[in-house]
Amino acid sequence: MSTWLGHHLAALRDALRRLAAAPLGTLLSLLVIGVALTLPTAGWLAIENLRSLAGDTPGVQQISIFLSLDAGPREVAEIESRLKDAAPGSARFVPRAEALARLREAEGMADIIGSLPKNPLPDAFVVTPADSQPESLERLAEAFAAWPKVAHVQLDSAWVKRLDAILRLGRLVVILLAVLFAGALVTITFNTIRLQILAQAAEIEVAKLIGATDSYIQRPLHYFGLLQGALGGLCAALLVAAGIHLLTPAVAELARLYGGGFTLRGLSAEAIGALAASGGALGWLGAKISALIHLRRVR
Amino acid sequence: MITANAVTKRYPEGHEALKNVSFEITAGEMVFLTGHSGAGKSTLFKLLAAIERPTSGSIVINGQNLAALRRNAIPYLRRKLGIIFQDQKLLFDRSVLDNVLLPLSIVGHPAKDAPRRAQAALAKVGLPNREKAFPITLSGGEQQRLAIARAVVNRPAIILADEPTANLDTESATEILEIFRAFQQVGVTVLIATHDPLILARLKPRILRLDKGEMSEHGPALPAGDDTP
Repeated sequence: MSTWLGHHLAALRDALRRLAAAPLGTLLSLLVIGVALTLPTAGWLAIENLRSLAGDTPGVQQISIFLSLDAGPREVAEIESRLKDAAPGSARFVPRAEALARLREAEGMADIIGSLPKNPLPDAFVVTPADSQPESLERLAEAFAAWPKVAHVQLDSAWVKRLDAILRLGRLVVILLAVLFAGALVTITFNTIRLQILAQAAEIEVAKLIGATDSYIQRPLHYFGLLQGALGGLCAALLVAAGIHLLTPAVAELARLYGGGFTLRGLSAEAIGALAASGGALGWLGAKISALIHLRRVR
Repeated sequence: MITANAVTKRYPEGHEALKNVSFEITAGEMVFLTGHSGAGKSTLFKLLAAIERPTSGSIVINGQNLAALRRNAIPYLRRKLGIIFQDQKLLFDRSVLDNVLLPLSIVGHPAKDAPRRAQAALAKVGLPNREKAFPITLSGGEQQRLAIARAVVNRPAIILADEPTANLDTESATEILEIFRAFQQVGVTVLIATHDPLILARLKPRILRLDKGEMSEHGPALPAGDDTP
């Protein structure tokens, strides 16, 4: 047990020593890995931000039910009780007088409304369903439209659906990018380990001849790949943080112009940890494959 | 300790490097292997260190048949041998001490104790106080001592040395042989390949002679007045 631990500590020390022995090469490798991981990470972060922006926007997940102009208080009460039974969530009644009053407050509308002979607006309900999935919103809207004295049901699902589709497409692109750059990371590690093995061919040969097991020889290489990948992951986190720092003022300005208080969200500690962990795992994988292939030639 | 039985090594291109070679070396013996270059000495060394496998026949070292050895058991066999290679195979980018520490690291010797053990090995071969030096700064004889120190630091029961006195002047060669003799005297089995007739004439040891892959044995030529076999 203590021999096993000793071997692993020695391998880790050895890997660190090799990383530190060639600072420029290490720095370049880390930068390449960092850039490779930055692209999918930034894409993922952009989608997360868009999603939180969409989720915060009011009115998106609401259904408006407009009654016909001849609907009386009895019908309104009828709809109200049906809503209570049918739709989980909240519903608000907007009387036609209130709708007109609100419209009048809007800039430039007072004159137009003043010139109208009578109130053209119907009574309406605004429903905010608890379940905001586009499919269930659609189903609800269809059910509402069939009710008596309902003239029109408006669902903002068109653009909810579009946004949802865009986000899904974006997520797919990010996944493809992630797979692509994961492959790049494995390849980069594969190559650095190949060079390591070439540079240490003499040492590896001697070690084998005097009784080193395959795992004794491979262990430092595995740790090297793991450390390089994990540090590359942290490098990517740093690059993403720098990007967010640069973008934040511009995004805040844009949000202010739209009257919102949106701020860019950065990487959480968990996300940084996951980035380093997946970088490490991919680096380890590249090192393992490379060691298997290239050490076979040294007997 | 080492038993070879009808060992033949044929290379793929048809060259037969060893033909039906048999011998036995008992524990604590010091035996010389001799023959012209190309006679099969190096091939026999490669078979003994399990670098190559015999085409037929068996080699048993310390009760283990090398022909039947699984690949992942080879490192553990090599740890029992102290091998001194013809080209020494020193690591020139590491200090003298680090060269001797390598076998200890391989067997997982406690890191705290390892330097002390390595220093003891260096002292035993007459190379003290050169720990921090790099092998390139050592003389030929000193490099050979370093190679021996690395081979014996794990206290092997068997030492295999391939041409350990080649390229050394007579004085250095004699000193190197004295080191091997000292190990033999504490019970280590020693097999030395050499084609240096001077050594053989002077030491009069037991000799295994290889000639074009065939082995003949010569008992120790007894010094005058000595009648022990």
